[in-house]
Parts: sequence; C-alpha cells; structure tokens
Amino acid sequence: MRSATLLRGFAMAAAAVAFMLSVGWWQTRDRAQDTAGVLPLPIDRMSFTLMDQDGKTVEPQDWLGRPTMVFFGFTWCPDICPTTLSDISGWLETLGPQADQMNTVLISVDPERDTPEILGDYLSNFDPRITGLTGSLPQIKAAAKGFRATYRKVPAEEGDYTMDHTAGVFLFDADGRFANIIDYHEDPRYAVPKITRIIK
Amino acid sequence: MKRIFATLALIAAAGPALACETVTTGSLEVSRAWSRASIGTARPGVVYLTIRNSGTADDALISITTPAADMPMLHQTVMTDGIASMPHAMEVPVPAGGQVALEPGGYHAMLMDLTQVLKEGETFPVTLTFRDAGEVTIPVTVQNIGASAPTCTSPDE
Ligand SMILES: [Cu+2]
Repeated sequence: MRSATLLRGFAMAAAAVAFMLSVGWWQTRDRAQDTAGVLPLPIDRMSFTLMDQDGKTVEPQDWLGRPTMVFFGFTWCPDICPTTLSDISGWLETLGPQADQMNTVLISVDPERDTPEILGDYLSNFDPRITGLTGSLPQIKAAAKGFRATYRKVPAEEGDYTMDHTAGVFLFDADGRFANIIDYHEDPRYAVPKITRIIK
Repeated sequence: MKRIFATLALIAAAGPALACETVTTGSLEVSRAWSRASIGTARPGVVYLTIRNSGTADDALISITTPAADMPMLHQTVMTDGIASMPHAMEVPVPAGGQVALEPGGYHAMLMDLTQVLKEGETFPVTLTFRDAGEVTIPVTVQNIGASAPTCTSPDE
C-alpha cells in the first residue's frame, strides 16, 4: 500500500517533470526571437523588407558596400530611445564627414504606432544621417531575427503598452560582417573607436 | 568623473546654463529637475532629477503628481542580457547621507497621458511625495528632445 502510494507519487512527479520539460522545450522553440547571446547574421544573409521615413523600401542588401550601424527602438519610448538617439547623434558629430559613408539605422519595434511619417517627425530632432525603418509586424520580426534582437510588447494601464527591446547598437563592416555591439549609453571614448574600426 | 565631463561638455554646447531651482523638505534636497520636449501629447513624457538626503534616516520617493500629466508614475529602466525593460518602481530609495538620481537609463518619472505639450524652454511643476519627508514641489525645465543631461548648474559643480 505504502509502496504503491510512493510509486504513484513518483510517477506523478516524473510526469510533471516531463510536462515541464516539454513546455520548456516548446517555449524555447516557439520564441524564435529569444536568441540572446547568439551573434547577428551577416547582412547578406538577412532577409526582410522595411520602409524608411520617406516611404522608400529598404532591404538589408541595400546596406552592403557601406559600414552599417543599426539599433532597435520606438518613438513612444521616453527614456532610453531618445538617450540612444542623442548618443548616436553625438558619435556621428564626433566622426564628422567620415560618418556620411555609413548606414545609420533605427528599426522600430513598435510598427503599429511608428508609421514612416511619425518616425520622420521624431528623427528630425536628431542627426539627419539617421534613417528610421518600420514595416509590417512579420517584417519587423524577420529583421529582429537577423540581428538576434528581441522585443516584447508589455501591457500598461488603460490598454496602453510599452516595449521591451534589445538596447545595444549593432555594427557591421562594409562587407556586411558583424563587427561589434555598442552597449546602451557606452562611454563615447569606447563607442567612437568601435565605429571608426568599421569605417576603415 | 566621466559623467561630469559629459555634463560640462553639454553645458558648453548648450550655451548659457539655466539655473535650475533647488527645493528642500526636511533633510531632503531636490535639484536638477529636467524633462524633454514632447511631440504632441500622445507619447509619454519623462522627468529626471536628483535627490540628496543629508539626514541620518533613509527615506523614499513614493509618488509624483503634476498638472502636466494625468497619470505620472515612477519607473526604472532595467537592462537584462542587453534587453531594456521599464518596470514600475514602487518607490525610489533615498539613503541616509546619500543621493539618488532619476536619470536616463535608470529611475525616471514617466508622464503618461500628458495634458499639455512640453515645450523646450518652459517649466512645469512636479510634486514629489516622500515616505517620511512629505511633499515638495519643484519646477521642471523642459529641454530639447535630444537632451541627455540637465543643462542647469548645481552648486557643487
Ligand atoms: Cu518609463
């Protein structure tokens, strides 16, 4: 009797573990975006079609031949996105005309609110060399996947929401090879040389 | 140190520094209150400031109110594996003998449901409620949308 109970307990525990493992496996598999720690693909292996603030279609292959700097954000973000945009504007200013040869790109993780017009309006407050990209939800997802970037919609009060997202700035050389990441609000003394290295 | 340099560089770039107000309640001193200009009122605004506690007891900022927003709240930007999230902060601790800064990438007051456009160069009042020291109101200076530090000087810099 006692051993039967024990056995049943064991079987239930084993089943529970198996269930959790399978759920865990499913979650890992399903969250294709959840690839933290994995390097971005080379640009020529990325595949997506987005639209810039002037309504022009942009594909990753368009960036090849020039060094590229990409980050993810959204215009409803009051704290780190303006800070990152202002950091980037500062780096571009430090680099001067050298930076004219770069692709400097913000990809919106909030395409439902960030239309090309809204992106353009917002970006007009920062360095004019920054291009803003938005698009359909599946295309944004495809773009994030290429960079191994993650983002997530977080519900807030009254049906409002905000976005969690990868905060670093991705750097690629002119051949589209991933070169480096500049962390959020990294000291310009480290950030600028990282960019200089992809320009040369 | 590097932050001070960055701030000084910004002040130099921005021309004459604004003298931001400093207000006190009990042993707490609040200074360097600034915000960024908003585009319209749909997007949330933000408020940053510094709180110094010269007393011997810990305190905490527990809420904020302002006529500029219907739903102001305290947030903290947190980085986890390179991913930024912005959870609600129940309180912002102000340790005895120490100071805490609401600053980009950390604690901030988030102004949901703006009631007015925040225009560069203008100020609006924000009332802070502390657990022990009570309430105090400070004028917040609206800076450029691309600002990342206050342009005002404070006595110790
Ligand atoms: Cu916030």
